[in-house]
Amino acid sequence: MSEARAAVLAALRCARAPARALAPWTPPPAPDALPLREALARALEGVGGRLAVAPGPHALGEALESLPCFAGARRVASALPGVARANVDAGTHWDARDLDGLDVAVVPGRLAVAENGAVWVDGAALPHRALLWLAEHLVLVVPADAVVPDLHAAYARLRFDGPGFGVFVAGPSKTADIEQALVFGAQGPRTTTLVLAGTPPT
Amino acid sequence: MRVALFVPCYVDQLWPEVGLATVEVLERAGVEVAFPKAPACCGQPFANAGHAAEAARLGRRFAEAFAGFEHVVGPSASCVAAVRELAHLGGAAAALAPRVRELCEFLVDVLGVASWPGRFPRRVGLHPGCHGLRGLGLARPSERMDAPFDKVAGLLASLEGVELVAPARPDECCGFGGTFALREADVSVRMGLDRLAAHEAAGAEVVTSVDPSCLLHLRGLAERRGSPLRAMHVAEILAGREPPP
Amino acid sequence: MSHPDAAAAFLADPARAAWHDAALWHVRERRDAAAGAVPGWEALRERAAAVRRYALAHLADHLEAFERQATALGARVHFARDAAEHNALVLEILRGAGAKRVVKSKSMLTEECGLNAHLARAGIDVVDTDLGERIVQLREEPPSHIVMPAIHLRRAEVGALFHERLGAPAGASDPAALAETARRHLRAAFLRADAGITGANFLLADTGGVVVCTNEGNADLGTALPRLHVVCAGIEKVLPRAEDLPVFLRLLARSATGQPITAYTSHFHGPRPGAEMHVVLVDNGRSALLADPALRDALACIRCGACLNTCPVYRRSGGHSYGTPVAGPIGAVLAAARDPVRHASLPFASTLCGSCRDVCPVKIDLPRQLVALREAVRARRGDGPAVRLGVRLAAALLARPRLAEAAGALARRALALVPEPLWRRTPWGRARARPPLPRRSFRALYRGRRE
Repeated sequence: MSEARAAVLAALRCARAPARALAPWTPPPAPDALPLREALARALEGVGGRLAVAPGPHALGEALESLPCFAGARRVASALPGVARANVDAGTHWDARDLDGLDVAVVPGRLAVAENGAVWVDGAALPHRALLWLAEHLVLVVPADAVVPDLHAAYARLRFDGPGFGVFVAGPSKTADIEQALVFGAQGPRTTTLVLAGTPPT
Repeated sequence: MRVALFVPCYVDQLWPEVGLATVEVLERAGVEVAFPKAPACCGQPFANAGHAAEAARLGRRFAEAFAGFEHVVGPSASCVAAVRELAHLGGAAAALAPRVRELCEFLVDVLGVASWPGRFPRRVGLHPGCHGLRGLGLARPSERMDAPFDKVAGLLASLEGVELVAPARPDECCGFGGTFALREADVSVRMGLDRLAAHEAAGAEVVTSVDPSCLLHLRGLAERRGSPLRAMHVAEILAGREPPP
Repeated sequence: MSHPDAAAAFLADPARAAWHDAALWHVRERRDAAAGAVPGWEALRERAAAVRRYALAHLADHLEAFERQATALGARVHFARDAAEHNALVLEILRGAGAKRVVKSKSMLTEECGLNAHLARAGIDVVDTDLGERIVQLREEPPSHIVMPAIHLRRAEVGALFHERLGAPAGASDPAALAETARRHLRAAFLRADAGITGANFLLADTGGVVVCTNEGNADLGTALPRLHVVCAGIEKVLPRAEDLPVFLRLLARSATGQPITAYTSHFHGPRPGAEMHVVLVDNGRSALLADPALRDALACIRCGACLNTCPVYRRSGGHSYGTPVAGPIGAVLAAARDPVRHASLPFASTLCGSCRDVCPVKIDLPRQLVALREAVRARRGDGPAVRLGVRLAAALLARPRLAEAAGALARRALALVPEPLWRRTPWGRARARPPLPRRSFRALYRGRRE
């Protein structure tokens, strides 16, 4: 209703809120008391996530399969190659609802943030974004050299040109809505594991 | 140095000992005290109740009475904070605002007093009072993340024999809030009782503050309840008074 | 019901009130710990405050930029002047897509507009998917907190509700088991849904993006499966640039719950391929707030809830006592600004302690706004002639030192003569002992001392 649009915008302009400038700004430095990887591990634990390391590119498959969430997993989907246990093709020709009941989803993460344990997942790297929430257990694989200290550093590396979806995932789905008791697996994954893959830079 | 004393209306009427103690403290600090004839009210209660016009009128008369003094000092943080708010009225009120200070603020910031001679061998709970804390910046509020400091605690802690106890929720509001105590009587009482319980649980014998309005509210609740806590204004402690029986 | 009356009812169960107070204080403590762990926390607040005020100062321009960008990404952007227009628009969008089963993640705006009731009347079933929201939806009551909607309920009450409505076993009260029951129930709703409604934590003017933060992932489940995504957002939610986001994301969850970040921070740039996305931008009184210099900063709010958690009055009276979907200090400001007659008691439901101002990530001076609203309430209501006369007399008396002294001496004498049972009937004397009434005022004593 363009009448509403014109009215709202006119009302806002009529409000005569005094114009302002926004000065340039440098964020405060990130805490550096701990090495990045250790800070990440602590933060991840704080949000209920787990950390694992796959030292070399060929070790990824092995490292994944030794994760507790794979034990007893019947339906596994992976957006990354090299996961031998993957037996569900989450290609886009499936109705994503069929992913309900998936035991494990393995997906790539672009970077990990040491201050809060968050991993950036680009929707374009997934056959369907629903993988992130319909799986009982989520595994995020992030290159070991893609750990940044804080969100300022993270956003400096992200671009939002064009349509798409992206999400910071920090630990498993959780709620404290019942008497403030923390429960994991509120709606989505019950566990979230971050696997740092490849050797970090020296 | 000569300062003008600012004694709020309710201290004048209900707790004159606080005014006397304030005069003694200032004189002991080497300051000459004058007590000009000023209106009994700076206008704060009117402003907070939404009567801005009356508050402004009172505020201007009040400011004019203190026009000739370089420093104005008072034992009520909330009243001093209110007078500072009058600055928006311009004129004499704006000129007055930067010259008015609460007692401890004056001792620490103007006279540079770091420690106070005297003995007070009691366990003391300090109730900051919201106007002193956030209005005058007498200490760092617990929710802020800048460097901690506390002008009032600093002075009290320097007394011989004193033990400052730390109640839970050290700077939670006592619930007086002026007309709030009448309009929201149940919440006001609950808040005050919770403060008393926190100080009692911390082992305080005396609860003190730079805000007599908080103390009158807490004292009233404590007495009705038979609490062992005794309320004393910081000026009374610095002036060497004993806790009331 | 006025706030004081509702508060009195809340406090009539002192054990429960103490439990509620302790629960909220605990969240405040978690916030303190999280904030204390961030070097430069106060600098972040300063920046967030500046960015929000800048965004509000140029709101129309930013909204147009958002509209342009979002449209280029394939979303449809709509404007609504008020709640009725918003509700009608959302219904039209849902009908247009043939949507009958709708899931909705947390949106205080849709609460404000009464969307669920409007859709229900049109035969559209809406399931609120935030666990706390679902609980209060099943109980048919409003949320009591903007971030923790069911904070006023004990686990046994949730258990009884789930037993009655979701088939949980009788007497269930373990939060994990109850959450599991809700998970199954809500998963079914997600799989059935043909439309997902979300709010927006932030709208990005430069990229046309919509950012939604949840801990459960319910906004994502609600938008990843159905073909239709409707975003309902207040016009004030705009940030100028995506690169402003980290300042807010670092402040938001820490301020709200003491977490460093929510589990999910989703960035929607246009619809999924083959799906539809609509964004409904709602005014509903916001442009009026923007036009009021005393109140416009309230629009900077990012709905973190920190002011509720720190407010000693909110903790001891509960969210329902405010009679408005958003409670606590910011809720009192927004409600009284919108309707100073209906919400006349809210600006007075505060001691003006200032703690809310200190925890606000965008530094809204809530106490100052509450005082401005007290004046507005008084002006709207008008004072009776008795009050006007009383205030004039009191002010005139207090302005004249000699008169005031005489009146004070008289009042002290009179107060001393009030019989105890009568004293105990006064609002002050109900719970407080009579103050000792000095024979002489300070002025009199000081004069005596001088002589």
